[in-house]
Amino acid sequence: MNFDPLNILLQTILLLLLAPLLSGCIRNWKAKLQNRRGARLWQPYSDLIKFFRKDMVISEHASWIFSFAPYVVFITALVAGLLVPMVAVQAPLSLFGDVLALVGLLALGRFFLALGGLDPGSAFGGMGSSREMTIAAVAEPAMMLAIFTVAISAGSTDISHIVQVAQSPTWQVLNPTHVMAFAALFIVLLAETGRIPVDNPATHLELTMIHEAMLLEYSGRHLALMEWGASIKQLVLMTLLVNIFFPIGMATDATPAALGIGALVYAGKLILIAAAVVVVETTNAKLRLFRVPDLLGAAFVLGALALLSTFLFQ
Amino acid sequence: MNIQPFPLLEISLCGYVIGAVGALVFMRREKLANVFSFGVASLSALAGLLAALDFLSAGPGAAVPKIDLLPSSIPYLQFTVRLDPLGAFFLLIVSLLGLAISIYSLGYARGFYGRKNVGVLGAFFNLLLLATTAVFLADNAFFFLIAWEIMALTAYCLVSFEHEKVETRNAGVLFFIMSHIGTGCLILGFLLLFQGTGKMLGDYSPQAYSFESFHALGEKMSAAFQNHTDPDLLLRRDIAFLLFLVGFGVKAGIVPLHIWLPAAHPVAPSNVSAFMSGVLIKTGIYGLTRVLFDFLGTPPNWWGVTVLSIGTISAVLGVLYALMEHDLKRLLAYHSIENIGIILMGLGASLMFLHSGHPVLASLALIAGLYHTINHAVFKALLFLGAGAVLHATHTRNMEEMGGLAKRMRWTALFFLVGAVAISALPPLNGFVSEWLTYQSLLQGFGTTTSLVRIMFPISGAMLALTGALAAACFVKAFGITFLAQPRSEHAAHAHEASFTMLLGQGILTAACVFLGLFPAFLLKWLDPVTQQLSGQQISAQLSAANGLILSNTAAQGGTVSMLGLALLALALLAAPLVLWLLFATRAKTRRGPTWDCGLRGLTPQMEYTATGFSKPIRMIFKALFRPRREVQREYDFSPYFTTTLRFESHVEEVFQTRIYRPLNRLVLGVSRRLRALQAGSIQAYLIYIFITLVLLLLFAL
Repeated sequence: MNFDPLNILLQTILLLLLAPLLSGCIRNWKAKLQNRRGARLWQPYSDLIKFFRKDMVISEHASWIFSFAPYVVFITALVAGLLVPMVAVQAPLSLFGDVLALVGLLALGRFFLALGGLDPGSAFGGMGSSREMTIAAVAEPAMMLAIFTVAISAGSTDISHIVQVAQSPTWQVLNPTHVMAFAALFIVLLAETGRIPVDNPATHLELTMIHEAMLLEYSGRHLALMEWGASIKQLVLMTLLVNIFFPIGMATDATPAALGIGALVYAGKLILIAAAVVVVETTNAKLRLFRVPDLLGAAFVLGALALLSTFLFQ
Repeated sequence: MNIQPFPLLEISLCGYVIGAVGALVFMRREKLANVFSFGVASLSALAGLLAALDFLSAGPGAAVPKIDLLPSSIPYLQFTVRLDPLGAFFLLIVSLLGLAISIYSLGYARGFYGRKNVGVLGAFFNLLLLATTAVFLADNAFFFLIAWEIMALTAYCLVSFEHEKVETRNAGVLFFIMSHIGTGCLILGFLLLFQGTGKMLGDYSPQAYSFESFHALGEKMSAAFQNHTDPDLLLRRDIAFLLFLVGFGVKAGIVPLHIWLPAAHPVAPSNVSAFMSGVLIKTGIYGLTRVLFDFLGTPPNWWGVTVLSIGTISAVLGVLYALMEHDLKRLLAYHSIENIGIILMGLGASLMFLHSGHPVLASLALIAGLYHTINHAVFKALLFLGAGAVLHATHTRNMEEMGGLAKRMRWTALFFLVGAVAISALPPLNGFVSEWLTYQSLLQGFGTTTSLVRIMFPISGAMLALTGALAAACFVKAFGITFLAQPRSEHAAHAHEASFTMLLGQGILTAACVFLGLFPAFLLKWLDPVTQQLSGQQISAQLSAANGLILSNTAAQGGTVSMLGLALLALALLAAPLVLWLLFATRAKTRRGPTWDCGLRGLTPQMEYTATGFSKPIRMIFKALFRPRREVQREYDFSPYFTTTLRFESHVEEVFQTRIYRPLNRLVLGVSRRLRALQAGSIQAYLIYIFITLVLLLLFAL
């Protein structure tokens, strides 16, 4: 429970720098798996820099909300990232917010993202906003149930505390409760980050896109912030998932050795979960929009079963 | 005895009377009537606000002042008011909202000049404020019921203010009927309590219906409940619980007793809608809290389970129906049902914890419910005031005819956005704080019992998450379609910003939303006396850390959250985009251009997404509930793909209307038709009825 500006700064930089790399990795590996060569790993960095340098065109129908939204999306993702322990067990700002605040912050970003989609008055943006909010509405209860399961097991909603409890020897990773909660959260992760069974991040096919549709009118640095915010959000959710369920190797103190091991293990965990997402994306087809609630319904049921099993196994 | 709040309170109550009388006196001169009635109302509300703050900030244990307002020569009728912590908390709500809404009304009522009588509006508005304040302060059941009735009647008059429209008249009558069904249940409930206190005290003196005796009866019932004695008393208690639940539930608008709410709130003038949604329905919450926590003693488990379930169902159904609306004010009215549900989730959980003997947790859940009560009052009133400003500018409640207002009504848009973020329970505003407290109490509730009932807590929590996410979707729609993109009608294109007083009223509530979000410690401290009174605990110290900057929870190592911290952090992190801008983008230019129109000849408002279109995916997902009906008629010349004219109609009807109220209505009408035969108009027949009744009564007496 300490407040260290250095920690905050370091984690902010880590979030900013790691997020595009993670997106780049996923894109590259996906291409490899599909027998394409794919873009370089650091392509997202070049994209971001290029976006920043470009001139901006803002729709003449748009109001101030349109220019305000990218900042909200970017900052909320970043703040949410500071609530999550990455390399060390203690998140820099766990005192300022727990897992509920994290969900709330991401929802705030989404709220403004959807408003930004509606603002220029294009039908694509409206369609994207409508679908985004619908999917979020169906995903949220599933996400909360899974989170509740873990929070109840750990007796706290504080993420760092959950991780601490999860590191204790009495915590069983392969207990059915945790397996089901993990599965539920993994499905939610796919939905929240706009991955394939739900949304196709590579699409520019007008009628199937969700996230892209909202960004259609954005250009220049606004677009950069939106894209960057989305990749930070993806990093945050993946980190949450791997560190809550597999807290192995996370640094409990600030010695260089512990931090070094922590960083290595963290990188390994991210690679594994990113690989899992790549496999899911390559082996599945995008679902029809009205099939998505079934998938998320399955996640909800998994979450509910996880809760019921806490009841049975305790 | 500490009677400091009293002079202020008397000023406040007298002020409302003067405001009402003055408004009627100046009825012929509308400007004077407007300024006088709403000016006096805002000053009186300010006095009430100060009285409430004075009392609550004195902390727990402050003496409860009590006075007779009027001398009364009628036996059993005493106009005694007292200011106890629970009453003071609701006095805070009614006065804060009274202040903001009165200021707003100064500008809003100008729209009625030359059309309607502003004096009458002002008089009824003052009376409504007076009656509502009296409801929160009444010290005995009779005075309470009288104030309750005056409140219902003045509210009815205000709902029917624009009575030229058929829609308004119908809504008014519906409100009147539902309200009286509720009052009937309340009278029966109080009679049951009165019977109990009379038996307890040994005589049915006026003392027997004072709130103090009811409280004493509650303690007796708790003892009986714990020792399993006196089953008769406990049965009466259960019946009283159900009667009060229905009676206050009608007023609060719980599902399925809510049908009056989406009908009555939209047709009333917007300042009245704001007051009704913000305060009037909270009198139901006040009543339930008063009765369940103060009068009826330790609750059995099923009470809490019932209240929690009703809360959960109301929350989810309220927001789902809200999503289907494209009438801005009806949409807000449905959200009131949702939020009443969230409040009841807190209260229900609190009852369950009181039953299982966890007073600290019970206080936490109670605080969550009460915190949400004031939050909902503030942001819902704010949203209704915003909707009123929009209505004033565009002359329509239909969102499909709005659009683009953010450019024409900058301040209203900003205030509405704050309200929308707050009601969607997003950080860093107040809605998030109270929902966070609700989540915390539900999560900790899981450990309080070992029975299967505990699965209700996380399921309710998940439903709360669903509610929050749907509310966010709904307010993206409400804000996005109303204020963003291109105007969809002539009226919207020529909309003008609201007047200064209208903006000031909204500004006060916006500030309250921000304050209650960033600095929860103040309100928690003011809630200490309330929880001390109702659950015997003061937990504000446990709930705040770091001088109240951080909101923590009652469990050791539980989660903490600090809205102020997150907000400041977000501001600090703005440095990141700034640095990037300095590094890369100083030479980038910005220009305005048209939205991409797929190569057509420019984008017209007709091509924009509509409110109905926006909620379509949700309508499809929940179609089992909504049972949407749609009719499409097309005319074409040579091929169905080239339609010349198209008519599209889509309806969603509430399942309660079709399944409960309409059959009930038909039944009542049918029975009445049969009974009409009795009342044939012949004197002889009536004489026979009287004779039969007399014989029956005599038999009964023997």
